[in-house]
Amino acid sequence: MENHVLVIFPHPDDEAFGVAGTILSHTRAGTPVTYVCLTLGEMGRNMGRPIIANRETLPEIRKLELTEACRLLGVEDLRRFGMRDKTVEFADQEALQSRLFDVIEEVNPSLVITFYPGYAVHPDHDATGAAVVQAVKRLPEGERPKIHAIAFAQGCEDVLGEPDIVHDVSDFADQKMKVIEAHASQTSGVIDTMKKQFLEEDETVRDRMIVERFWTFPL
Amino acid sequence: MKPIDPQLVQEKLTELAGTSLYIHLETTNGAYASHKNQSFFSAGAFIRNVQLNFLQGKITGKGPYRIGLETELGWLYAEGLTEWETDEMNRVLLAGHDADGKLAIALELSEKPFPK
Repeated sequence: MENHVLVIFPHPDDEAFGVAGTILSHTRAGTPVTYVCLTLGEMGRNMGRPIIANRETLPEIRKLELTEACRLLGVEDLRRFGMRDKTVEFADQEALQSRLFDVIEEVNPSLVITFYPGYAVHPDHDATGAAVVQAVKRLPEGERPKIHAIAFAQGCEDVLGEPDIVHDVSDFADQKMKVIEAHASQTSGVIDTMKKQFLEEDETVRDRMIVERFWTFPL
Repeated sequence: MKPIDPQLVQEKLTELAGTSLYIHLETTNGAYASHKNQSFFSAGAFIRNVQLNFLQGKITGKGPYRIGLETELGWLYAEGLTEWETDEMNRVLLAGHDADGKLAIALELSEKPFPK
């Protein structure tokens, strides 16, 4: 069992697909979870289906969705970093690492969950993972929390090997679906199909809902 | 947002000509385009809060629409516009959405800066 889990992602809904079941397994076990979300996904292409947002109203809508997702996940400590979607890799990296380091020092997590730098497709994902690794490395060896990283770039397993952490989260699949659904501006176009395929035991969707995979990042 | 009525948009552009404006202009095919289809060449750009004062502006096309704004030293051009609105802060928000309702382009004009 972990003492404290720190989840660090750039966009609201990053915590929904590949990791919500794992977060629920911690919060249901009484482990406190802190979630640092760097942006509000201001530059998302999905505007709801039917369209409910425009470029200027999207951040406020996604902020509410993020709050609701955290409630559903049992995450009581949400930190919004106020950065802008798509710009994480261009922001002052030292400053970002320092802000992350401050949170790590404060909550003293035994586990950090983030993206695997270089293998997480979206430039914001890669930049977030890279900044987290640098922040953790500011701690002396022996005092660093372990990092469980998400990778999903094409061919990532050819380089990284098989994920060493594989969680069966089938006990939390229903609640995970609610978390995904809470991000309605981003998921309303696919949620009905997803639910149907899940009930029909579609292998890809079932696998996505009940198995969560991580690589321990070598520190 | 509502489907563009080119006549109403034209009236708005005519009204805004000569005014000092802040612009948000963006095109995007999404950060996952090349991930989902490796032969897809992903390109996009955005610029937010650049100041612009245009001499004359025009909306053309039969939908999706094009907008061109002529400035003293150059041009602003946008194509693929389908929806628009003037919001409660009197900002003119135009966007183009694809068949799935995903935003592909945004052009926004405001007399006050947009939030960073």
